[in-house]
Amino acid sequence: MSSILPLRLDDVSYAAGGRTIIERMSLALEAGASTLILGANGAGKSVLMRLMHGLLAPSSGRVAWAGEGARRRQAMVFQRPVMLRRSALANVVYALKVAGVASADRERLAREALAEVGLLAAAGRPARVLSSGEQQRLALARAWALHPEVLFLDEPTASLDPGATHEIENIIRAFDAAGTKIVMSTHSLGQARRLGDEVIYLHQGRVLERAPIGLFFPHPATAEAAAFVKGELPWT
Amino acid sequence: MIDALASGLRLVATLDLRLWEIVGLSLAVSLSAVALATLLGLPLGAALAVGRFPGRQAVIVVLNALMGLPPVVVGLFIYLLLSRAGPLGELGLLFTPRAMIVAQTVLVLPIIAALARQAVEDAWQEYEEQLRSLGVDGLHGALTVLWDIRFSLLTAVLAGLGRASAEVGAVMIVGGNIDGVTRVMTTAIALETSKGDLPLALGLGMVLIAIVLALNAGAHLIRDAAQRRHG
Repeated sequence: MSSILPLRLDDVSYAAGGRTIIERMSLALEAGASTLILGANGAGKSVLMRLMHGLLAPSSGRVAWAGEGARRRQAMVFQRPVMLRRSALANVVYALKVAGVASADRERLAREALAEVGLLAAAGRPARVLSSGEQQRLALARAWALHPEVLFLDEPTASLDPGATHEIENIIRAFDAAGTKIVMSTHSLGQARRLGDEVIYLHQGRVLERAPIGLFFPHPATAEAAAFVKGELPWT
Repeated sequence: MIDALASGLRLVATLDLRLWEIVGLSLAVSLSAVALATLLGLPLGAALAVGRFPGRQAVIVVLNALMGLPPVVVGLFIYLLLSRAGPLGELGLLFTPRAMIVAQTVLVLPIIAALARQAVEDAWQEYEEQLRSLGVDGLHGALTVLWDIRFSLLTAVLAGLGRASAEVGAVMIVGGNIDGVTRVMTTAIALETSKGDLPLALGLGMVLIAIVLALNAGAHLIRDAAQRRHG
């Protein structure tokens, strides 16, 4: 099966309510390197990932995957996961069913995914009564079961405590190790350093900088990024 | 007044056959109507909540307005449809319990559909991105949400049941209030009161209120348990 990457954005703009959120953006995402999307609130991080994932249609321009069947070969984990009112296991099984996995295989695959995120013991518990950290791990299990080629994560640890954040980061590393391309936004620069290979720095709907992690943090090329890196440091 | 109340209680307590026949028919008619209206109304409401098509807002406005349909008008409308000269006259349904079920279904359907539409639309706000990300299409998304909030939808069904069990006008017109055939609690109460047989009217009234209370309490307990179980 050929790769669905690279993903190309060709002169993509997105406007809503008379405000341009993404402005004439062109970029390509290659397989391999984990891409961290950084930027201040309102820079367009979430909208950019939703455009890439296909949840939003661009107002103009084109979002194109290189391979066939891209829709089913990518997954997204949101800041606040939405769980169905059924067991943790049933939530993963539901995702497998939607993805067209044969019913005989669903439960086995779902259990494997739950084991991967350390939730096997909670398989039978109602998903909505799990803690928010556990729910986010369940969201990752739901993605894991689908073996996506690309995984989008929109500030996945923004509302979690340090312990839960640590667990989530480990799972994201496991995705990376399994060959899944990570595309993630975060407000934590420490997290970006821990998980990222390269940074896309957004400012007012434009890509202001794109650089390897090792280059971006010590030597941001633009004044905006420099201020961002400096200003955010105390909170990482 | 006190005498009538006491006699009414005695009728209920002694399981008066005449009284319980009426109660049984009432329940059969109203529960059938609500079951039919639920079967039709929940998918209709969900489709309206999730679907996007021209004229959708107008349909929603009309549906909401239909919640206030006067029962006598529905009764008259169904009467015209089912009367011997009407388009459905050949079915011979007029003055049968089936005609009453049809009339009450028409009355209750907009209530269940409109309340379900609102509930599903609210939930859809929360679920839409996640479900679309998983690759769920609109139809399956609507069904998933419908199933996921099924315990909240009990409220819509109960509102429909309240409407069905309390109305007089529609069942009076299409049923005819025939003793032993189409006489239900509300029409019996209206008739017995006008005849001056207060004990039977009061007895029926007490049973009616008790049934409505019991159904609501039951639904409340189910919702409560579901809330604790599923979060």
